[in-house]
Amino acid sequence: MANSLVCIRVTVLLLFVATCVFMIPLSRAQDIIPRTAATDHFAYGELAKTPAKARARKNPQEGNAEAVLVGRKLFAQHCAECHGLAAEGGEKAPSLRADEVQKATPGALFWVLTNGVVRRGMPVWSKLPEPQRWAIVTYIKTLKGAPGPPVGNTTID
Amino acid sequence: MRYATQLQQLKMKFFTFTAVLFLFWGARASPAQESPYIVTYDHYLEEPGNLEVEYFSTLGTQREGDAFHGYWVEFEYGAKAWWTTELYLDGQSTFGESTVFTGFRWENRFRLLQREHFVNPVFYVEYEQISGADKVIKEVEGHDVESDNTETNALAHRTLNHELELKLLLSKTFNGWNFAVNPLATKNFSPSNPWEFGYAMGASRPLALNASANSCNFCRENFIAGVELYGGLGDIQSFGLHETSHYLAPGVAWNLPSGWTVRLSPGFGLNNDSHSLIMRWGLSYEFTQFGERVSRLWERR
Repeated sequence: MANSLVCIRVTVLLLFVATCVFMIPLSRAQDIIPRTAATDHFAYGELAKTPAKARARKNPQEGNAEAVLVGRKLFAQHCAECHGLAAEGGEKAPSLRADEVQKATPGALFWVLTNGVVRRGMPVWSKLPEPQRWAIVTYIKTLKGAPGPPVGNTTID
Repeated sequence: MRYATQLQQLKMKFFTFTAVLFLFWGARASPAQESPYIVTYDHYLEEPGNLEVEYFSTLGTQREGDAFHGYWVEFEYGAKAWWTTELYLDGQSTFGESTVFTGFRWENRFRLLQREHFVNPVFYVEYEQISGADKVIKEVEGHDVESDNTETNALAHRTLNHELELKLLLSKTFNGWNFAVNPLATKNFSPSNPWEFGYAMGASRPLALNASANSCNFCRENFIAGVELYGGLGDIQSFGLHETSHYLAPGVAWNLPSGWTVRLSPGFGLNNDSHSLIMRWGLSYEFTQFGERVSRLWERR
C-alpha cells in the first residue's frame, strides 16, 4: 500500500513537472505559429465554414453609432491581445482588416466569434452576451478600407 | 565548498525571485468575464497563454465545533484553447486551534467539442493530496457531512488523502443566461475507500446584456449574479441522499476593467448534516500573454 502511494505521488509529480516544462514552449510552438499568408488563409477559411442560416443573420446593431463605440471598447478588452490594437493582426491571430473579413457577412463574423477557432487557439466567446458580440462585429465592419500594417512582423507589445 | 553551494542556492533564489517579478510586472491585465460560481464550472476555459491568479476564502460555522477559515490559492493557466491546467494550494485556520497547510490539487480541464453546441461538455480530472484537516469545501462528495470537520487539526492533519476526482462539466449559455451541471466521481486511492459521487449545478446572468461605451467600474454589465446548488450523493455502496450534505449558494461576481474580479457567495446548508452557513469570497487577477513571457525568458537564457 505504501509503495503504491509512493508510485502515485511520484507519477503525479513527474506529470506536473513535465506539464510545466513542456507546456509553455509547446503552447508557443503550436498556437503561436508565426503569421504568414498561408496561416492567415487557414484562419479566414473558418468564415467559409459558417452555416448558411448563421451567415444570413442580420446585425441588429448595424448603423448604430453607439454600437461602434461599445464594440471598440470590447475589442480593446477582449480581442486586441491577439488581433492587435488596430486589428492589424498579431503573432497569434490574423488581421481583421483583410478583405476576407471585411467581405464576410456580419452573421459569419458573429458565428466565428461565438464558436471560436479552438484548434487554432481562438477561444469561444459565447460568454459575452449577444448584444456585446454584435457590437464587436459592428466595430470590425467599420475597419473596412482603413489601411493596416502588412502581414509578417506585427506584434502588440 | 559549503559556502559555494550556499552561494549557488542564493543565486538561484535571486534568479527565481527576479524572474517571477519580471513576469508579473511585465504582464498586462485583461478585463475578465468571470462567472460568480465558486464550486460549479461552466464550459469556458482560460484563454491560451493567460494566467489567472485567484484567492478564495471559506468561513464556516459548526454546531459542535469552532468556526473555521479555509482558504486556497489557484494558479489557472490556459495551455490551449481546449486545455486549462490549475494548481491549488489549500490551507485552513480553525479558531481556537491552529493554522495548517492542508495540501495541493492539480486540475486539468479539456474541452471535448470544437464548437458551441446545445450542451457543451468539458472533461475534468484532478489529483488531490490533501490532509483530513482540509476545510475549503471546494466540492461536496460522498457522505461529506458537517461532523467530519469537528475533529481537531492535530488529529485530522495526520490523515493524508490521495484522491482522483473526475467531473463532466456540462454548460450552456442562452440569452445571457448560463446553466451548468457538474456530476462528479471521486476515488480515494486507499483500497478501503469506495467511489464517491456528488453534484454541482448553477445558473447565472449579467445584470445587463448591453455594454456601455465607456470603461466603468460600476456599470451593470460588470456584475454577474447567480446561484449554485451542490452536494453529495453517497458512494457506490450506498448511493443516494442519506447522510449527505447540500448547499444553496447565491453569488455575485464583479468584473473590474482593471482585470480584477471580486466574488461573494454565502452558502446555506439545506439539511442537518450541512454547515448552517459557509461564507465565501474570492479575489482574482488575470495576466495576459504570461506563457509568451515565460518562453521569452527561456530564450534569453
